[in-house]
Amino acid sequence: MKQFEALTRKDSQPVRYLIVDDSVFARKSLAKMIESFGGHLAGEAGDGCTAITEYARTKPDIVLMDITMPQMEGIEAVERIVQEHPEARVVMVSSVGYQDNILAALQKGARHFVQKPVKPDALYEIIRYVLNDDSVTAPVGAGESSR
Amino acid sequence: MKMDLIQPFIGSLDTVLAEMMKAPATIADLAMEEDGYRRKGVAAVVTFKGQIEGRIVLDMDPQAAAKVASCLAGAEVDAAEPIVSEAVCELANMVIGNAVTQLNDRGFQFKVFPPAVLTEEQCAKAGQDWEATILCFETASGNVYLNVAMHYHARRSRERGPVAVA
Repeated sequence: MKQFEALTRKDSQPVRYLIVDDSVFARKSLAKMIESFGGHLAGEAGDGCTAITEYARTKPDIVLMDITMPQMEGIEAVERIVQEHPEARVVMVSSVGYQDNILAALQKGARHFVQKPVKPDALYEIIRYVLNDDSVTAPVGAGESSR
Repeated sequence: MKMDLIQPFIGSLDTVLAEMMKAPATIADLAMEEDGYRRKGVAAVVTFKGQIEGRIVLDMDPQAAAKVASCLAGAEVDAAEPIVSEAVCELANMVIGNAVTQLNDRGFQFKVFPPAVLTEEQCAKAGQDWEATILCFETASGNVYLNVAMHYHARRSRERGPVAVA
């Protein structure tokens, strides 16, 4: 696989990733890509519920999150992660890329979306963008009930 | 079944296979099937519900499935390895996800469920009450079958919307 210029955190440490996908192949493929980006795999999860606990345990810099998964889907998992950790940087990675899904994910706090099959160059650029995006945005609608 | 519903699946399979197998696939045959589905190789099923309801079976000759598994794993995978089924599920996920994205962009709304390995027992059930269109794609590593069974459950949202009056 093509090697990319290493993406690092602001403290020059390797970027730590949490990969969430019910397919072992998808996780393996994404893990190889992040390795080629100079990243470090902090954890893996096969469903949304496990993703929430793994996020709290590993506190990754980037989450790569599938949408269609058993038990709890990716969009709900993003909502719950971002509610508890507003600094979370989640990139949705899914084959289902229609507007409603993308919009729902972004409204719940996801930072970006990439469609499967994932092209390493595209993912690299998206991660670089998300890492440099310091605007920690609350999910759309968050806190509206208290207004 | 209308071809405009099937076309996105053909285009999507063609694109994803070309990406995965690094070689083009050609449509070799198209047939209708009303009886229970007979699995031909390693198969995965994806169901969806909403304004269009149905299920798609992606069925691959073992060598073709092994080729995809090897591509996804980044290492040679033997056709007999159980992990090949998982690779077919992931490929089905990509093909169907890309196709339903196109259908959604045309106004159809539905929910897609995670892919599952299609067992012999599920094969008969998969064919019940559904008229299916089976497309056979030829690849250098063997045939790939796409069994599409779906129907309109409701009109598209844009068709239900108010009629503009000039």
